[in-house]
Amino acid sequence: MTEQQVKEIVLDIISVVAPDSELDGVKSDQPLRDQLDLDSMDFLDIVMELRKRYKIEVPKEDYPHLASLDSCASYLLPHFSEVGADTAAG
Amino acid sequence: MHYDTVIIGAGMSGLAAGIRLAYFDQRVCILERHEVYGGLNSFYTLQGRQFDVGLHALTNYAPKGTKQGPLPKLLRQLRISHDEFDLREQNFSEIRFPGKKLRFDNGGALLVSDVAEQFPHQIDGFARLWADVEAYDDVAIDVTPRSSRKVLAEYISDPMLIDMLLCPLMFYGNAQEQDMDFTHFVTLFKSLYCQGFARPRDGVRAILKTLVRKYKGLGGKLRTRSGVQRLEISNGQVASLVLDSGETITANTIFSSAGYIETMRLCSDADQSPPTGEVGRLSFVESISCLDCTPAELGHQPAIVFFSDMDHFEYARPDGLIDPRSGVICCPNNYRDHEHLTEGMVRLTSLANYDRWSALDADAYKQAKRDCYKHIADTAIKYVPEFRQRVTFTDFFTPLTIERFTGHLNGAVYGAPSKRRDGCTRLKNLFICGTDQGFLGIVGALLSGISMANMHVLAKQ
Repeated sequence: MTEQQVKEIVLDIISVVAPDSELDGVKSDQPLRDQLDLDSMDFLDIVMELRKRYKIEVPKEDYPHLASLDSCASYLLPHFSEVGADTAAG
Repeated sequence: MHYDTVIIGAGMSGLAAGIRLAYFDQRVCILERHEVYGGLNSFYTLQGRQFDVGLHALTNYAPKGTKQGPLPKLLRQLRISHDEFDLREQNFSEIRFPGKKLRFDNGGALLVSDVAEQFPHQIDGFARLWADVEAYDDVAIDVTPRSSRKVLAEYISDPMLIDMLLCPLMFYGNAQEQDMDFTHFVTLFKSLYCQGFARPRDGVRAILKTLVRKYKGLGGKLRTRSGVQRLEISNGQVASLVLDSGETITANTIFSSAGYIETMRLCSDADQSPPTGEVGRLSFVESISCLDCTPAELGHQPAIVFFSDMDHFEYARPDGLIDPRSGVICCPNNYRDHEHLTEGMVRLTSLANYDRWSALDADAYKQAKRDCYKHIADTAIKYVPEFRQRVTFTDFFTPLTIERFTGHLNGAVYGAPSKRRDGCTRLKNLFICGTDQGFLGIVGALLSGISMANMHVLAKQ
């Protein structure tokens, strides 16, 4: 699992959580909230999808780590290794 | 049986909560007392015709591709595409008061131009109100209630314009008599005037069937003809649910869309004295007439007409069986792309008094339905072309019908006047969703179920 793969997973989740989003031009160092018009309900969904698909738990106090694609990648990568989600991510 | 969550009532809010929870792998069961799901917004077939209950219009319309607003938000949360509801926009709607007519369409441009034309001295205040409403945060949960009439008087000096603006909002979602809380006014103003009306091409069943299919596809269990008789309470929480059949079910969390007082009365430790004060008083009668032609063929284009025969609009429980001086005229044909409805339909709605209807014996009840229909139609034809000779079939429902199908005491369509926005009750695993949580209408009810499931289960895990 690489940071790039984690970013792709997050983008894939966003495409389900917010299907009308234009994901091609997303800048990975900029906040997702502003670029994609995501609100707190959408972020809860991203967290819930991570749990549903990869059994990764993101506690509420860690939500700020999901702000941008870059921060998602660096925060989530160790979690993916812990739960051995490499194969699940396929 | 044990479930993660049991939901009482398979209406819009219960189904939406069920979909959210089942999607995130909860074991969920929805218990519905009736044979048909839908609650306040349901459907039935009579003499080969399909009828909707409740649905006049889906408010909060947003075109496909819109990202912001209640409708796009709930579709995202439920993982349902805009196409699945198959929504078609209204032609336009009207507010008719003595000597005045305001039309509104989706997006609000028509309303603004009609206010400018009919109330030229009020347009600046109205424009200010519009801007302030759009900027107002109406989803904040902790706001102090304020009288809409008082707030509106700061913008508009003509009392008839205030009443004309309030009339549709009250008919479409106000549980309080004569006035409404300003935050609630803002929610409804946005949903009716800023966003507007649409109708699923096949009526409310298109929405309900989509929801039920989604819910069952996710493994959710839906049990109809399964009324809850009692909630067994111990240690400050619901220990089990006892069904009318005597069967016992347990669950970690219980959501109820049965109404706040109605739900609390199910508790085994509840005081069973008759409820006072907090019960809603507002109910309606509605007639549904089928025509041998379309309303358009009679020259009638609006989807909905909200009318008052009085300069001052009375929104209160009438003294008599009904108050025919104001009402709503709904024509499901008058939405775009609705040519498939070859038969015309006119629905007439008026305020009604539950106690008066429930005091009638069977024969008097039947006669009262006929008399009230005639009375309401007499008033309505001031605002819709004469249609009575074209009627082929009429059905009529009363506050008692509403009570029977929704379980709401007094047949109170919009529930209790005071709402419980956070859904909490004195029992730590029992939460209220739907009408008495406070988000109303189809879109509001769906959002109610979603937000309660998010707040009390998903965000807590």
